[in-house]
This record gives sequence, C-alpha cells and structure tokens, in this order.
Amino acid sequence: MCLGIPGEILSVEDEFMGLRSGKVSFGGAVRQVNLSYTPEAGPGDYVIVHVGFAISQVDEDEAHKMFDYLRELGDLEEEIGPEEEGLP
Amino acid sequence: MKYLDEYRDPQAARQLVAAIRQRSTRTWRVMEICGGQTHTLIRSGIDRVLVEQVDPIHGPGCPVCVTPLEKIDRAREIALREDVILATFGDMMRVPGSKGDLLRARAQGADVRMVYSPTDALKLAADHPHKQVVFFGVGFETTAPANAMALWLARQQDIANFSVLVSHVRVPPAVEAILQDPECQVEGFIAPGHVCTIMGCGEYEELTERYGVPFVVAGFEPLDLLKGLLTLVTLLEEGRAEVVNEYGRSVRPRGNEKAQEILNQVMKVGDVPWRGLGVLPGGGLVLREEFALFDAEKRFPAIEPPTEEPSECIAAQVLQGKKKPHQCAAFGKACTPTHPLGAPMVSSEGACAAYYSYQRYEEASHAL
Amino acid sequence: MPFECPLPVQDYESVTLGHGGGGRLMQDLINGVLLPALSNPTLDELHDGAILPLNGGGRLALSTDSFVVDPPFFPGGDIGSLSVHGTANDLAMCGARPLYLTLSLILEEGFEFERLARVTQSIKRACDEIGVQVLAGDTKVVERGKGDGIFINTTGIGEVLEGAEISARRIRPGDKLIVSGGLAEHGIAILSKREGLSFESEILSDSAALWPLVKAALEAAGRGIHALRDATRGGAAAVLNELAASSACGVVVDEHAVPVREDVKGACEMLGLDPLYVANEGKFLAFVSAQRAEQVLEAMRAHSLGRHARIIGEAVGEHPGVVRLRTGLGGTRVLDMLSGEQLPRIC
Repeated sequence: MCLGIPGEILSVEDEFMGLRSGKVSFGGAVRQVNLSYTPEAGPGDYVIVHVGFAISQVDEDEAHKMFDYLRELGDLEEEIGPEEEGLP
Repeated sequence: MKYLDEYRDPQAARQLVAAIRQRSTRTWRVMEICGGQTHTLIRSGIDRVLVEQVDPIHGPGCPVCVTPLEKIDRAREIALREDVILATFGDMMRVPGSKGDLLRARAQGADVRMVYSPTDALKLAADHPHKQVVFFGVGFETTAPANAMALWLARQQDIANFSVLVSHVRVPPAVEAILQDPECQVEGFIAPGHVCTIMGCGEYEELTERYGVPFVVAGFEPLDLLKGLLTLVTLLEEGRAEVVNEYGRSVRPRGNEKAQEILNQVMKVGDVPWRGLGVLPGGGLVLREEFALFDAEKRFPAIEPPTEEPSECIAAQVLQGKKKPHQCAAFGKACTPTHPLGAPMVSSEGACAAYYSYQRYEEASHAL
Repeated sequence: MPFECPLPVQDYESVTLGHGGGGRLMQDLINGVLLPALSNPTLDELHDGAILPLNGGGRLALSTDSFVVDPPFFPGGDIGSLSVHGTANDLAMCGARPLYLTLSLILEEGFEFERLARVTQSIKRACDEIGVQVLAGDTKVVERGKGDGIFINTTGIGEVLEGAEISARRIRPGDKLIVSGGLAEHGIAILSKREGLSFESEILSDSAALWPLVKAALEAAGRGIHALRDATRGGAAAVLNELAASSACGVVVDEHAVPVREDVKGACEMLGLDPLYVANEGKFLAFVSAQRAEQVLEAMRAHSLGRHARIIGEAVGEHPGVVRLRTGLGGTRVLDMLSGEQLPRIC
C-alpha cells in the first residue's frame, strides 16, 4: 500500500490552481508533483511522492543511519570472524 | 535511483539476514501491517530465508482489499450513468464487486478513466464541464491528504461538477481490533512507513502502552524491512514494548502536520466498514459537513440494495492473519488472479495474489 | 501440479481488455475459442509465424499482426511504423528476412486525411529502411464511433535464412538467455501519452525493425540460436513463460541482470509497474547454446540496436514450463504471467 517513491526536485512553480508544485525527476523521468505538503523542500532536495503529492522530504542524515549501521555490522564481523554462509 | 537502489543492495540484505538469525532465539509471530510490505517480503524471499526466526502474519494494510463490496458496487452503479465520468486509481479497476469489476463496467459502456493523482480527476472535471466527474477516493491515511486537497480545491475553485466517492480507512482501529481478538497471535508489529509519514508515530505509542506489544515503523524496500525486523526481533528478545522508527528518512515523530491540517479541514474520523472485518468504530474517514456537496454518495442516491460477501472468500480470515492464502479451499482453484473471488487475490498488494504469483508452485505442493 | 483456472473462458460473457493483454486471459481466449476450432499442427505451435517449406528447397515464413495502438502517434513512432516493424519482427523471430507485406486499413469515418498521409509516409519510410515492399492491400471505412480512428493489419512473408532452426522445442538446459536491450520503453511511451500520466521528459518507444540484429546473431551462431521471440504485449515475462511452456525446460532469470534504462525505471517505479511486464516493440529474447552465447552477445553488441544486449539467465532442467527469478537474497521466486494487463497502482 502507499507506493511512495523518492524523486529529486528540479524546479518549483506555483502552478496547479495556485498551489505550490514542481518538476520532480525519478531517475530522469520528470513529472509535475504537488509540493503543498513539503513547503520547505526546494530544488536539489529529494521528496517521497505518492499519487502525485510529495508527502515528506527525505532526511539525508537519517538515510545514512542504515549504512552507518551496516558498516558497524561489517566491522563487528571482522572482529569476531566471518559469518557462516547458510543462505539457500 | 538515489534513496531507492541502495536499499535493495543484496549484500547488505544478506548481512541483515545473518544479524537477525544471530539475534533471535525462537520464532516470533509478527505482523507486517502494510500490503506494500507484504509484497516486498514475499517478492524478495525474505520470509523464506528467515523461516525459523520470523513467522509473518500478513496484515490488512491493503486499502484495495478492504474496500467494502458495497462501495465497489456503488462505484459501478455511478459509473454506468450516462452523464458520469468515473475517475479511479488503477488498483481499483479489477476488484470484483457483486456484478463484476470496473473494467467490465467499462466494457458495458461506462466511462471509467484511470488516473494517477486525485488532482488529475479534478482536471478532468474542469475539462468536461458538461459531465459529472466522480473520483473514487480510496486509501489509507497516506492517500487521504491528497484526496482531501482535491476536494479542498474543488470547493475553493467552485468546480461544481466534481464529487468524490469516499472510502477511506484508518490503520490504528484495525490494529486494535486485531489485538483485541482473543485468538490474536501477533507478538509484534511492523508499522506502515507511509501512513506514519503522514500521521506520525503517536497512535502506535498509545497502542504499545495499552497492549504491551512493540511496533517498529519501517519502509518498503528490502533493507528497510530487514532492518525493521532486526529491531523488532531485538525488542521482542529483550521483552521491550516500545515504538521504534526505522524509517527516519521519511517519518518524523509528529508526521506531516501540513498534510494533517488540510486533511482535518476536509475529513473527520468516522465508523466505517472494512471488507472482512466489519464496521470498525473510528475505522475510517468521512467527509465533513462543509464538503457534503461534493459527496458522491449524496449526489447520486443508491438505486440498488446493498450487497453481501461471497461465503467462499475467506478474505476476512486472511486479512486478520488467521489463515494463510494457500489454506483457503478456493485458492488457486475457484479463485485465481484471472478469476478472483475476493480482493486479496486481485490487488497486487493482496496476500493471496502475492502467494499465487510468487509461490504457488511450492505452497501448492506443501498444501497438498 | 500447477493450479489451472478450471473455469472456461466462456464464463466471461464478453471480451474484456484483459483478453488482449498478452497474459493468461489472452491465452485462455486462444486456447478456449480459437484453437479448438482451427487447430492444425502448424498453428498449434503458436510460434510468431509459420514456416512453409518450398518445393524447390528453401523456406518461407508467414506471419500476421494487427495494430490498434492508441494514441496513433506516440513518442518514437506511430501506428504506421509499428505495423511494419511488428510483422517484420515476427518474421525475424522465425529466422526469416522480411520481404513483402500486405496492408489492410480500417479507417473510422472522420479520421483526418492529413493524419492518414502521415501514417502512410511513416509506413513507406519503415519499409524502405528494411527493404520491404507492400504488395497488396485493402481499405475499409467504418461509421464514426465504430473504430478508434485507424486500425491496421499487416501480413508478412519472409525468407528463412539457411541453417536457421528456430523453435522453442530446441531449448536445452544450459542454454543462455540473452535480451537484446533495455526493457519497458514502448509501454511507458504509450502510457505517458495518456491523461494524467504524462512526463515532462520524453520517453521514446523502442519500435524498431529487428531483422538486421537477428541476422547478425544468426551469422555468428547459426544453429546455436535455438529460440527467438520478441517481447511485445505482456512484456518479457509473458514471452519467457510462453517459451518455457513450449519447451521441456524451466527458465531462471537473474533479477539484477535485466537491463532497464534509468528514466524508464523511474517511470515504472512511480507508476508501480514491473518492467518485466511492460510492452516493448524493439527487443527480443534469445535462447542460445552455452558454447555460442558469448559470440552471439559480441555480434549483437557490435550492432546499434544491440548495444545493451545482455545475458540475463539460462534454461534449466528443473521446473519445466516455469520461469523463476533469482533474487538478491540468493533465493528464487516464480515469475508468472499476468492474467490481463498490468495497471499502474497507488498501493
């Protein structure tokens, strides 16, 4: 449910019926997206888009936490020895 | 694609799987609430590599699956009117009502158009002033602010030929209904990341306090789910009933307050029926009085009497996590994606459809 | 034992769009209505075209296709060029050089002459590009409201390259699966023209005549090419399922090896579409003997149409008739055919 995909804001206009909207790029596919719910997001920022609306601005610091954690996991593995493969 | 591909990295996924295997000492029964999370779980095979650590009970978080039969029939009835263009999300086109789905209604002459965004439906209304444009507004709290914005604009711009057939549901009451069920087996929850993006985590903190079960808010990519499961397993192993946000890149603790503001201007909490769960108090969203003019239910009074669910479809039990799709007698026989009996077989998020497409050959042989 | 839907296609009282989607419903229609009535050994092969041996030696290939695309003009092509490429490609998939076409037009009353002229010019250009001639034709006009502007049917004849033996039955365990390039471009191009789904950046259809690329592959490997099929409606997934079903083999595809251009992928992600199910008009899949696979790949990549060709999987002895996808976690999942058309989703 709630398919929400990250895209990069390319530009912001007050376009759709006077509402804040902008061109958002999804890997190069560019579409108009309503930005009313992310008033602080601007060109260069990433937003999560659901049904043509940006519902949040991607927090870069939070995004890094996953990979910091994975790095820690990796370091830990090196300390205690390699994990046994056991995956199908 | 940035913020997407990284969360699909296979090597990182294997690392997290190994961590979960290390952390858990028994099989935990967890429910992933959102259909999109079910989809990823099964599609990427996560449930199969964690068979001894996690027994997933698939939640009812598929708005398509829980849209009452009654509403589908209403949408069909309205669509068949000469003066109406029915605009709908793609997901709803193939959900079976009691007289067929919207695709079939289109084959019978109804003007049914697929839209990606509710504002596209509004544009349709502006472009076709001599037609009535009815938007089939379904979804959870994630979609509600977008649908609300279409209504808000319709009123502001006085687009009189626009109306919405509302079928909005809220997650927390459904979770509560599941927790209150004496047969409830769920020990911990993976909470829906995009619903929480809008609503924040507060509602789940309340549930944790009252029922003593942990909730971990997670996203939808394989790494998101795996990290969510790792944290959930950790909480369960340590006996901690807490809410942890593992989708911080999108979810803020208080959610999206601007979205909530517009949403609250247009809709309010109401008692709403869920297909398979019955009427849940506070289970959905209804239009406020100020927007009654744009309510398609009022604008187009019902002609046909309300309808009953087919008894063969055990969607209710699947949605509550009591049965797995392959345990249904009709699964793969009378009920297939080509000829679905119930919504979980139609919706790409539905547990039955996921099981059918991705696993039928294995589950089938185990079930026999 | 795979579960089959036991309900006959007659259970649907009328044809739905899903029946034209290239998925299971379409198969039901063919198997349930058409084959029982018209069955013969050649037709039953359900290959892209029929191969007819000539008395003096040599073989002809015969194929037909109809084109109903809406809108008739789309980014990267139009119904005219599509009608030439589509049938020419069906012939190419038989290992045949396209030679002649017939052209049948069904025009709706009110279809502008200016647009008909553009379609005709487009047909001519496409024919000239690949050295094909239109030898016979027919034109009909139907009342306003009874046709979608313009429908086209082309039937094609080609000459099968000597030594080419293309049939799903020739697929063997160990054969490599090659895709000729990036997927999903045509489907997204068409979808992007419909209301509400438009993109500001243009994604062009990949509609193209494939014979030159197929020829290059055949010249590199001759009998090493066991099966060919172009991935049109229903996407690569439909074609792989068809090929697996007609062979005695299973198929395994590497999820991460499937090529999709970044912007096409972005559009698919946004709409909730799986690129493996989205239509193409200028891509094909080939099962090639393991020994010749690298040679074929090299020959394809040397051609402008095959620059992004890639080995994406193989035929296996296990699970005959079933296509599986190898996921990142190391397991596999079934890649089934869809029942009807894949629709964009919000969920």
